[in-house]
Amino acid sequence: MAATLRRIVRFYLEGFREMTVGRTLWCIILIKLFIMFAVLKLFFFRDPLAGCTDAERRDCLMERLTDTHKPGTQ
Amino acid sequence: MTTDILQTVDWSRAQFAMTAIYHWLFVPLTLGLSFLIAIMETVWYRTGDEFWRRTTKFWMRLFGINFAIGVATGLILEFEFGTNWSNYSHFVGDIFGAPLAIEGIMAFFLESTFIAVMFFGWNKVSRGFHLTATWLTAVGANLSALWILVANAWMQDPVGCTFNLQTVRNEMTSFWDVLLSPTAINKFFHTVTSSFVLAALFVVGVSAWYLLRDRERRMASKSIAIASVFGFVFAVVAALTGDKSGAVIARVQPMKLAAMEALYDGAEGAPLTVVGILRPESQRAEGKDPFYFKIDIPKLLSIMSYRDAEAYVAGINDLIDGNPERGILSTQEKIERGRAAIAQLERYREAVKNDDRATTEEIEGLFDPATPEGKAFLADRFAYLGYGYLSSPEQAVPNVPLVFYAFRVMVGAGVFFILLLAVVWWLNRRDRLADKRWLLRLAIACIPLAYLSSQAGWIVAEVGRQPWAIQNLMPVNIAASDVPSGAVSTTFFLFLALFTALLAAELSIMFRQIKIGPKE
Repeated sequence: MAATLRRIVRFYLEGFREMTVGRTLWCIILIKLFIMFAVLKLFFFRDPLAGCTDAERRDCLMERLTDTHKPGTQ
Repeated sequence: MTTDILQTVDWSRAQFAMTAIYHWLFVPLTLGLSFLIAIMETVWYRTGDEFWRRTTKFWMRLFGINFAIGVATGLILEFEFGTNWSNYSHFVGDIFGAPLAIEGIMAFFLESTFIAVMFFGWNKVSRGFHLTATWLTAVGANLSALWILVANAWMQDPVGCTFNLQTVRNEMTSFWDVLLSPTAINKFFHTVTSSFVLAALFVVGVSAWYLLRDRERRMASKSIAIASVFGFVFAVVAALTGDKSGAVIARVQPMKLAAMEALYDGAEGAPLTVVGILRPESQRAEGKDPFYFKIDIPKLLSIMSYRDAEAYVAGINDLIDGNPERGILSTQEKIERGRAAIAQLERYREAVKNDDRATTEEIEGLFDPATPEGKAFLADRFAYLGYGYLSSPEQAVPNVPLVFYAFRVMVGAGVFFILLLAVVWWLNRRDRLADKRWLLRLAIACIPLAYLSSQAGWIVAEVGRQPWAIQNLMPVNIAASDVPSGAVSTTFFLFLALFTALLAAELSIMFRQIKIGPKE
């Protein structure tokens, strides 16, 4: 089991080491993921109902579903 | 406040459209090129000819560039569901979440595992194992697409679910109904087969560039031989699945079909418009013909929609004003029914607040599909819930010119691709393609045309279903979160910058690698 794991790790390490175009691509992937998760998700994409319980989320939606049906409010 | 909500909805839609369009620049090439690579590697596996290994590795390099730049761009769409479309996300959570979760797991485990073997495994694993990994990458990528498309199809045709009044959520009652709905099946096959065509045109176009430069002639010719057949076959299949989609849309989303054809007045034996120029809406409203000119094929729309040359196809006016003779409800009637459903939700909310058990039980009975009154209420009232949020029947009409022209771009390009791929295959087989320099240039020009056509297809699907986030149940203005429009517009421009940078990186690296060509 340990030997298999070592072989898998070596497989990936050698693969990464032998990359040519792949290095640039990995840089792009890592920068992209950093921007997406460390910048966008953290600072810009916060759940507007964060911290709400399921019941509070349900109440919020029920309010939305029932308060906006009057003509002219769209 | 109302103005800001409208702006928020518009910005949220614009942001979703922009990110989806950019995301879809990367996806179709991955879906199709993965299979083309697998076919080429299979030839290498069977013949042992090193030429095929070199050819496979070249296309695999281009595949890798596209995959790496595009990977995870779809996650931004999921961020948007949570932030900009939180009402929608709660309303559909379990149904929409299940396919997306399966997609996430599949994408991560299947694709990432086998892609690693595909790229790192040359000379390290057996030829058979490597080939298996390449095929599984292709299958995995397409299975990932399946789950996303199933989720999208459910929004267009919400089946296999029931509304839970206590949780204010739609819950899945039949996984198989969701997975195997005609909308889902047609959407999946139409989308992936059209992606195969795009990838085939990419291979043909890049190969044509080599032929024009008189470089890598053998690789270019053999790649064209495979890609042109692959592309031709799947272009025909895409046409057939598109035809099936039309028949499903006629039943499930008649307004979309009417918009695709700019068909205002329904007709028996309705013709299909091949090309046409629409008048501005203001002139049409004055009673003028909707078209400046058009070329029709008689009865074809009826045949495509209902497999009957004399079948009646509803027009936009039928769907707005109603047509009792044809059993078509007016939109105003649907609005009234939707409002009746909303009124019950309102009563329920008040009853829960006041702990009025008799009323809550009465209304819970109405929403229970197991009881006769519940079945009737759900079919006659709740099925039109979304209409209750419209302030006028005209709001049920999508942007007709955009849908009409996008449909013609998609279909026109698709038919052209069938002809082009057949001609390219024939000339290549006779070894005369390299002499037809105009055709080689045309093949290169078809790469951006394939992307344009693919995007046009999504415009038909998504703009054509407006105003609905979920067909008939939830319009986009209710689906959107109540967040400041400024926040959404800010992220719109951030995404625009991020995706444009990614696209520029992809094009720059891709062009450089194509110039370098296959390596020994």
